[in-house]
Amino acid sequence: MPEGGLTAVLRRSTALRTTVRHCGIGVGALLMFAAILLAAGKDPLKAYVDTFHYTLANSYGFSELLVRMTPLLLAAVAVALPARLGLINVGGEGQLYMGAFMASAGAFLLPTAPRLILLPFVAFMGFMGGAIWAAIPGILRAAKLVNETISTLLLNYVAPLIVSYFVFGLWRASENSAYPQSSPFPDAALLPSFFNTRIHAGLLIAVVALLAYWLLLEKTRWGVDMRAIGGNAEAAQRLGIPVPAWIVTALAVGGGFAGLAGMGEAMGIAGRLRQGLSPGYGFAGFLIAWLAGGRPLGIVFMAFLFAIITSAGDTLQMTQGVPYAVVNILLAMILFIVLARRSAGGTSK
Amino acid sequence: MSSPLAAPLVEIRGVSKRYGAVQANDVVDLSLYGGEVHALLGENGAGKSTLSRILYGFTRPDSGEIFLNGKAVDVHSPREARSHRIGMVFQNFMLIPALSVLENIALFLTDLPAVLRPEAVGKRIFEFGERFGLTVNPHAPVRQLSVGDRQKVEILKLLLAEARILIFDEPTKVLAPHEVDALFRVFAALKAEGFAILFITHKLREVIRCADRITVMRQGRVVGGFGSGQADVETLVTMMFGERGEIGATRQAGATRRPAEARPILELRGASSHATGSETPLRGLELSIAAGEIVGVAGVSGSGQKELGDLILGLRSLSAGSKWFCGANASSWSIARMRESGVAFVPEDPLVMAAVGGMSVRENLSLGTGRRYRSGVRLDWSALEATMNQSFEALAFPIPPLDPPIGALSGGNLQRVVIAREMAHEPKLIVALYPTRGLDVRSAASLRHLLRRARDGGSGVLLISEDLDELAEMTDRLLVLFGGALVGAFSRGAWQPEEVGHLMTGSKEVNVA
Ligand SMILES: Nc1ncnc2c1ncn2[C@@H]1O[C@H](COP(=O)(O)OP(=O)(O)OP(=O)(O)O)[C@@H](O)[C@H]1O
Ligand SMILES: [Mg+2]
Repeated sequence: MPEGGLTAVLRRSTALRTTVRHCGIGVGALLMFAAILLAAGKDPLKAYVDTFHYTLANSYGFSELLVRMTPLLLAAVAVALPARLGLINVGGEGQLYMGAFMASAGAFLLPTAPRLILLPFVAFMGFMGGAIWAAIPGILRAAKLVNETISTLLLNYVAPLIVSYFVFGLWRASENSAYPQSSPFPDAALLPSFFNTRIHAGLLIAVVALLAYWLLLEKTRWGVDMRAIGGNAEAAQRLGIPVPAWIVTALAVGGGFAGLAGMGEAMGIAGRLRQGLSPGYGFAGFLIAWLAGGRPLGIVFMAFLFAIITSAGDTLQMTQGVPYAVVNILLAMILFIVLARRSAGGTSK
Repeated sequence: MSSPLAAPLVEIRGVSKRYGAVQANDVVDLSLYGGEVHALLGENGAGKSTLSRILYGFTRPDSGEIFLNGKAVDVHSPREARSHRIGMVFQNFMLIPALSVLENIALFLTDLPAVLRPEAVGKRIFEFGERFGLTVNPHAPVRQLSVGDRQKVEILKLLLAEARILIFDEPTKVLAPHEVDALFRVFAALKAEGFAILFITHKLREVIRCADRITVMRQGRVVGGFGSGQADVETLVTMMFGERGEIGATRQAGATRRPAEARPILELRGASSHATGSETPLRGLELSIAAGEIVGVAGVSGSGQKELGDLILGLRSLSAGSKWFCGANASSWSIARMRESGVAFVPEDPLVMAAVGGMSVRENLSLGTGRRYRSGVRLDWSALEATMNQSFEALAFPIPPLDPPIGALSGGNLQRVVIAREMAHEPKLIVALYPTRGLDVRSAASLRHLLRRARDGGSGVLLISEDLDELAEMTDRLLVLFGGALVGAFSRGAWQPEEVGHLMTGSKEVNVA
């Protein structure tokens, strides 16, 4: 869209304001969390210093942050895209599992295929796994049968069971059966990793996905249609925009991104299909997308923050003997602060 | 009547408000006296709604003051305005459809005890209703009420909350003529008891009928004022637009071609549709619109007008019968296909049905244009703008700024954008529901002119309206819709308003060819 200089500046300044606001949220939450740690008899300063030390201060820690961010970014896009049409996708977790499942199926289906064929195929299968899983609620919603919030949520409970069924059954590892996991994927199905770290090609996919999401919505004619549906579904329909088709498509594409996140965890990290392959990346993605208000840079920032916080959980567990779950307090606090600011700030249009 | 000796209840002094490049209010002075109906006139976008929103505390002025009973007050919020006994009747009524009249009113009242005593509220509703001609059944759910009755509930809400200064922003826009009469009787009763009424409208005859004082705004400024009986339509128009305009309701000639010989653009054959909720089912409609004619549909609201429009558009499916467009069976065509085949549609409520408030004017102009401006994965914005500029020009509508969200436009400016978009691609069929609602007299006249020109160029027009004057002026044939069925058909000039009125209200059944 052509833009005058003035609007461009305005846009940039809102981006600036958003960044400042996000930082404010971060600092506020950290201060409150420090108070809680203090009350629990721990040393908050040491906790933060340790966290910093294990994450940002060295290249290994930083690479692990990027590893964590990979599924978070994709899961956030999975939520943000349908949200632009006013759809609430809380099924990222299930879609992620189905992506991992279908990608694994692809790898086991063509175990001898060369890497050049198998990798794209596996990625495609991962995308389709999540897409199909999200298309089901999409179709139900488009047919005005079931609200997508409910159905995406419920399908979260089904997908891990399907994965379990296969890792306990057909695909169970033969060599060491102590863990519920599949046998390893063929080498050609594994995502390449970089710099001798666990950073894998999934990160590239995530960045591309984020970019595609932004381009799609802001720069294409499809974006105009989708935003029209989100802004006023009745008018969109009356103006001839195929609303039901868009509902299914947006949810499916969103789900596909979550599926790619699952594929990345299986093919890029674990090297096999595991029962508990996600510690709730799908749910975190929902919060990230929501806190970022669907803005791409906001998503990056929030995903980064979430990655640090979850790393902090690990660190605190190791160094101070605090259970990992305390980071949930921190997450909840961020959520509260955002909520409070939103309602206090009003819906300033 | 306002006595010149009495002090004004409210005085607005030097109020200014700027939105971006638009000076919506420019040092406006206005005073309201008890016991007067004060009409506020002005072309679309003149700043009338802005001024009323400022008085009601909805919008903060950039500068200027409001004096109540001679004291300067700061009205930050509608809540504060209400505490100063200022009330506003909104265009989009703020009522909860599922609740009863009584519950809706009780919800609004802040002075009630926590435990609601329905009898007390009911009694006050009844008292006020009797006193001001605002009789409604307090136990009826609001969703069952007509537009006129909903408006009464809105007024009752304000009266029970003890408002003395009542602001009405285009209250007659959505009312049928008899409801307008009823509203003016309410105005008279309120006036007699010393209320001050600020009344915004575009219908000049109404103003001359009921206003004690008239203030005219143009481009944010007050450009003149009149007392009762000092102004006629022509003077007002000249002042509103700053020039003389050809606006009088000139009765133009009918279609030049005889419709019977022309090919039909749209035909409904025994078309019926089911209804859910408060909708009206359509029953066996036989309707044919030929190239080169304007067919009018008269009816009181809720007779199936919306359903008829939606059926033609393709939003509503046929339960029986068929729909034909330019000779092809279009019974199951999608909305997109209807629109791309040349159907233009002006719905009754543009902000809900034809625009996305949060998107820019430019983007809104692109909605519903189908594949016309596709260029790869993008839209050809400059081609779109060029076409739309032409369309605005053909209508003699000013081109609004394209970057701001369309929701920020004034009511009439929004309607103009929707009309310009719909008329941009030489439609074969124009379906227009109450298209002149909210337009100032000049814009309404140029829309009518354009509809006639489209007719003369071979388009078919279906004009759905409650305004018999407009229908008399515009249509080559008039149909009457009642209870979802067509109960009368007349050719141009062959009908009496009384007869049509009876048919509209179902008090008489006639069979006419
Ligand atoms: N929130 C807003 N943001 C930007 N511009 C606005 C906003 N509200 C009003 N305007 C602009 O201010 C001008 C005056 O608008 P206003 O709604 O007061 O006009 P009006 O006299 O009520 O017109 P109409 O007869 O069409 O209702 C218009 O040009 C309108 O586009
Ligand atoms: Mg207005």
